Amino acid sequence: MRVPEENYYTKDHEWAYVDENTVTVGITEYAQESLGEVVYCELPEEGQKVTQNEPFGVVESVKAVSDLLAPVSGTVIEVNDGLGDNPGPINDDPQNDGWLIRIEMDSEKELANLMRAPDYKKLISEAQS
Amino acid sequence: MGDIKRTPLAELHEKHGAKMVDFAGWWMPVQFKGLKEEHLLVREKVGLFDVSHMGEIRVKGPQSLPTIQWLLSNDASVLTKGKAQYTLLTNHEGGIVDDLIVYCIEPEEDYLLCVNAANIEKDFQWILENNKGADITNESEDWAQIAIQGPKGVELTSAVFGEDLSSIESFSFAAKTFAGVETWVARTGYTGEDGFEVFVPKAQAAELWTALLEKGAPMGVEPIGLGARDTLRTEKKYPLYGHEINDSTNPYEAGLGWVTKVNAKDFVGKSKIVEQKEQGLARKLVGFKMLDRGIARQGYQLLSFDNKELGEVTSGTPSPSLNENIGIGYVLKEYAELGTEILVQVRARQLKAQVVQTPFVK
Repeated sequence: MRVPEENYYTKDHEWAYVDENTVTVGITEYAQESLGEVVYCELPEEGQKVTQNEPFGVVESVKAVSDLLAPVSGTVIEVNDGLGDNPGPINDDPQNDGWLIRIEMDSEKELANLMRAPDYKKLISEAQS
Repeated sequence: MGDIKRTPLAELHEKHGAKMVDFAGWWMPVQFKGLKEEHLLVREKVGLFDVSHMGEIRVKGPQSLPTIQWLLSNDASVLTKGKAQYTLLTNHEGGIVDDLIVYCIEPEEDYLLCVNAANIEKDFQWILENNKGADITNESEDWAQIAIQGPKGVELTSAVFGEDLSSIESFSFAAKTFAGVETWVARTGYTGEDGFEVFVPKAQAAELWTALLEKGAPMGVEPIGLGARDTLRTEKKYPLYGHEINDSTNPYEAGLGWVTKVNAKDFVGKSKIVEQKEQGLARKLVGFKMLDRGIARQGYQLLSFDNKELGEVTSGTPSPSLNENIGIGYVLKEYAELGTEILVQVRARQLKAQVVQTPFVK
């Protein structure tokens, strides 16, 4: 399972890619695999405020609804709108084309609450055993 | 995981790559290749379901018929040898303890009740408490159960048993030998497709499952998970205990008047069921389609356009056959008419839906 080194990770299986103040957010390969086929997603609007560890949207498979938790606090500056009509990329390419939102982060300090790749790998290998 | 129960097929499912989950205390396959693909395979060809978690309660002896007539809402006295019937186990308040199929092995002598996995202990205790002198045994530990469902279900099952089983009519069953043991082959199911449910002794279950997969390979057979079982039954608006019906559901409001034979006999809770019906039941179970994009889930509120609370969603899912989002729920009966537009409270948003004809899939 791919766990890119450059990303930050949450315990709830979101990834966050940080480029200066802009944080791109999606769900991990592990998350999409355990969800199964995503049939619907609900994402925030541009300009909406999000708070670290609080829901900013949901993804739904046929059987389940899962909250998406914001890895950092800030303002949504871009939304992957195409996913509304076709959430397919969330399963097919969750770490690239299946990205969900971009956040203008309030404070870099919050990144300290996230995991880096080695710790996240440990988390998912424990969850699988 | 504690004492989670495994069916005799659990190991085969794991080897087959199933995603396994705890369902009602059982380690069950929820999905194999993919829910939608599995769903459509059952509608178009044939699929196998491990339903060994279902419970089997045997009611025997000269008092067997009076006992089940007292306990069950449908009229079991009409059952001849080899016939089966959908029916309800009711409580004294007029609610539903469980829904089940009763199989008549020998009239007035021997009946098998096939009950929901989550309710086995509750049902068994309830039946013992309200027994009218029959010999009651919980045989759930003895039986595995495999459902073969889909347009090719009869052909496949016949091939495995080495005889033409098409003469077993709908809601009938027959004793048939497999691997030297007696099994019950019943023309019943929970998908709305043709096919059988086979009660097989646990020790022979894996052999039967493997034979069905091998003989069925040219027909395209695959194992199907509980996820698709649920979407298949939802498209037919078959009730699922704990969703559409529970201990406080009046059978009439759930649309189950057709299995509630109040004129045929007395049974547990009958006077309450009739009394509630005569006073007028406020709500009715309906099927609806989402007009706005979104999925209704169990427990979501249903509202009118002037914000009146109408009731709750009991089941909701994307329909793989229709490519639409469908749901089942209770609404005040003034809102139950076909074509009525209602709202579903989906988290922060109110989404439009419309009451439609069921079954959703004919």
